[in-house]
Amino acid sequence: MADLEQAAAGNIAQVHAGERYFVRFTRAQRYMHAVLFTTFLGLAATGLPMRFSESFWARKFASGVGGFGAIIFFHKFFALVLTLAFLIHVRDVFTRSWVRREKGIFWGKTSMVANWKDVKDLFGHMRWFLGLGPKPQFERYAYWEKFDYWAVFWGMIVIGFSGYAMWFAPFFARFLPGWALNAVLVIHSEEGLLAILFIFSIHFVNTHLRPDSFPMDMVIFTGVESEEEFKHKRPEEYQRVAAEGKLESRLGIQPPLWLVNFSKVVGFTAIFIGLLLLVLTLSAYFGS
Amino acid sequence: MKTAYSIALAMVVLLVFGAPQVALAQTDCLSCHDDKSLQDASGNNIGVDAHTFASSLHGSMKCNDCHSSIKEYPHPDKITPVVCEKCHADEAAGLAGSVHSEKAEHPCISCHGDAHAIFPKDDPRSTVYPLNIPHTCGKCHGNDAMARKHGLPNVYPQYIDSIHGFALSKEGLLVAANCQSCHGSHHILSHNNPQSPTYKSNIPKTCGTCHAGITANYLGGVHGKAVASGDLKAPVCSDCHTAHAILQPTAATFRMQSTPICGSCHKEKLSTYRDTFHSQLGSLGGYVETARCWDCHGAHDVLPASDPNSPIAPANLVATCGKCHAGANASFVQYQPHANAHNRKLNPALYYIRLFMNLLLAGVLTFFMIHTILWLIRSRYHQIKTRSAKGGKNG
Repeated sequence: MADLEQAAAGNIAQVHAGERYFVRFTRAQRYMHAVLFTTFLGLAATGLPMRFSESFWARKFASGVGGFGAIIFFHKFFALVLTLAFLIHVRDVFTRSWVRREKGIFWGKTSMVANWKDVKDLFGHMRWFLGLGPKPQFERYAYWEKFDYWAVFWGMIVIGFSGYAMWFAPFFARFLPGWALNAVLVIHSEEGLLAILFIFSIHFVNTHLRPDSFPMDMVIFTGVESEEEFKHKRPEEYQRVAAEGKLESRLGIQPPLWLVNFSKVVGFTAIFIGLLLLVLTLSAYFGS
Repeated sequence: MKTAYSIALAMVVLLVFGAPQVALAQTDCLSCHDDKSLQDASGNNIGVDAHTFASSLHGSMKCNDCHSSIKEYPHPDKITPVVCEKCHADEAAGLAGSVHSEKAEHPCISCHGDAHAIFPKDDPRSTVYPLNIPHTCGKCHGNDAMARKHGLPNVYPQYIDSIHGFALSKEGLLVAANCQSCHGSHHILSHNNPQSPTYKSNIPKTCGTCHAGITANYLGGVHGKAVASGDLKAPVCSDCHTAHAILQPTAATFRMQSTPICGSCHKEKLSTYRDTFHSQLGSLGGYVETARCWDCHGAHDVLPASDPNSPIAPANLVATCGKCHAGANASFVQYQPHANAHNRKLNPALYYIRLFMNLLLAGVLTFFMIHTILWLIRSRYHQIKTRSAKGGKNG
């Protein structure tokens, strides 16, 4: 992982009472996550009132932000920012794999692409849930993390395409049949709903609220995690990096207190907004 | 015979003009009744403003032309009530067959005001001057207790805030519809009475006395034709615009409330419209630009798609959709503004797309819900069991 080593190289290795910190995410990846969740919250908050326009809170929220015109303005604004972030990510993947010829992007232990180990891990994990087997030893990205990634990737294309088809309907109608204009709303709203329900319940719990990370996994904000956490959560990656003799090159610094506190404020705000939207969504879904 | 006739005539002339003890001049009565504080034994005000009365419609008449039981002075304390019908027989006849026929509750003065200050209806001092009529009727029809007693809506506040009410009270338009324009004056009938101008099938004609152009449009549309052919389920003016609380139809408030009005009959169409972007945008307060029923179907001259003059006739769709969607083309207008994603026969593609999306949503969430719950239980159990880090992190 050249990029991780680069990110780590900028740090001066520090050892605090025997506890070492290792880099998991680069600065660019952390910023990408920040842009992703900010725009996602914005899109959810402005999209839900449209999806559940008959609910009591939709109209209140709409009038609160300045009517429907304001809602659709912000929805489109967040959509553009997210599209830009998505394109930057695609360009980044392209540059790393095709221009810099970096290994392990599309296949291998550090790739986001699912492999046979993920299938074994999934079933192994489930067996462990039921007390029927040992806990799987995860590599750099566990199967549910890969699912999160591809869910967002697929969602981005599906929601983005259907959204732009509605935004520029007369243009898309030049090469799409008429019924597709009906379909894009169904696709956009159902996929959006899936994303909202998934992120605000499953992703929140799997990544942040499960006992191993409770109340929040700070690594996506600080970029580093303690050696103990690294070993515990991804033993196979830890052993592989150690065996390759590259542990030293992945060393980071303990995050400063202000960064931890700042991340907590941002992270908990995001989780709070997400859970609030989840409650509103469920109340509107089952209330109507 | 001729002699007898002459004597009789002379007696009548004497009775009317000659005998001072019978014909009392106004001045005779006013010598007492000009005192405005004058009251009878029961405390009723019996003073008369001589100046106002002189300028009123009846100002040239003598007091006992109306107070006919008074023949001489002094007169008895109890006198018989004035009978307006003596002269106003047509009005009395109209009133007798009307909703206001109960005389004790609706004496003439309940609308015409002070009996000694009655002015022609084109005189601004008159209680039945067009600009004063809503206030006059509102004395009863703006009264909650009265409305409840008779099972009527309290219409005065509705009217006064309506487009007619504003035109009348704010602009002072004499042509603005007041109560009497639609209901008539003396011969007011219940809207259940087929003779009434407010009976359902008569309403287009009633409104058409002012709104002639719109009424002609309406009569050419499906609703107008249905009503004309006796189908009273079809809407008339007041079904969409309401009777009294009529709003400016281009105003946001009316645009926001118009869709459910059409939907109260066209339920299936409303439900499918609700599933579309037009409705979702339009339901959020403050945004009124999205298409409502009548933006596409027309308002008064609603015609079926099979009629070439209809805005939703296939040949006209590009123009109709193009009113809002610049660049709308033949493919664009294939969009179905009432598509039903739950109807496999009508919209098969949409039906299967929705089904796929729903299964995807349900499948993903169900799997991960179970996965996450099992995981939570297991890892908490593991954490407590191993007791590392006091049940906190990395258990």
